[in-house]
Amino acid sequence: MKIGILCSLVRKEEKLLFDEFRSRGLEFTRIDDRELILELHQRQWDFDVILERCINHSRALHTLRYFADCGVKTVNTYEVANTCGDKLLTTLALIRDKIPTPPVFVAHTPESALQAIERLGYPVVLKPAVGSWGRLLSKVNDREAAEAILEHKETLGSYHHSIFYIQKYVEKHGRDIRSFVVGDETICAIYRTSPHWITNTARGGVATNCPVTHEVNEISVRAAKAVGGGMVAIDLFETPDGLLVNEVNYTMEFRNSIDTTGVNIPAKVVDYVVAVGGR
Amino acid sequence: MALCTECEAEITLEPSTEVGEIIQCPDCGMDLEVISVDPPEVAPAPEEEEDWGE
Repeated sequence: MKIGILCSLVRKEEKLLFDEFRSRGLEFTRIDDRELILELHQRQWDFDVILERCINHSRALHTLRYFADCGVKTVNTYEVANTCGDKLLTTLALIRDKIPTPPVFVAHTPESALQAIERLGYPVVLKPAVGSWGRLLSKVNDREAAEAILEHKETLGSYHHSIFYIQKYVEKHGRDIRSFVVGDETICAIYRTSPHWITNTARGGVATNCPVTHEVNEISVRAAKAVGGGMVAIDLFETPDGLLVNEVNYTMEFRNSIDTTGVNIPAKVVDYVVAVGGR
Repeated sequence: MALCTECEAEITLEPSTEVGEIIQCPDCGMDLEVISVDPPEVAPAPEEEEDWGE
């Protein structure tokens, strides 16, 4: 099987995946997106499957689309990356499939964003539509903060920051759930606990095992299917009315979740890549 | 032995080191990208970009 791994920087996750491929005697070719030249008229590639592990969303998106058009199977697909890489598209997919998710308004000017925030009710969370690791999130508790943040975003940010994605703040009492879906199965989940309202492990959230209950599995698999399937990590809020899907991530990081859950996540990933490549 | 681009400390790479991996200089703490393992060579790690993530 001819396997490509699209990446640039090698995080702990990529090292674990390389080791897993090698331990099975599966050779792979690293494709560094920094060195890659996409010759768009060139359509012939000798890969059975490409595993996408880019750290840059924009590079992942373009390269996945290119390989898809060349007939090369990828994990994940372009459609999954496109949907998960944009919070607006993710939320629309979740709503379309009737999956519980916090209320979201989107506005394109500071004035309409302020109106949206006031209609949604404080507190809200302002998020960049494209972004990860909990960066540039703003919890907005009152009108004065809203006015200041909106002005700053419009003045200092690129045009991306004038797409105001406004999510109703959900009180999560110090933790949320990160579940990992591979194919049709939730392979494991963790609680991410932090005294800060941002619980990403990239921001210091502490991981502990979360049992994969029927409810966690069901909503996670449905969310994964809503964005197009494949391998994704789902962020869930626990509320008195049940679980809500916050976000879906398509190049999942799992370094803190292997020992925590006892699940060999790299092995599950490689199983899935090999299965896709063999179809 | 690689040399830190910031403080010129001598850095020994672990046998399992991969090209593209980010390591820290043990002396000055600078983030460095491994650009070659044989011979060992490092460069300043790239700055985090807006679309980085998972």
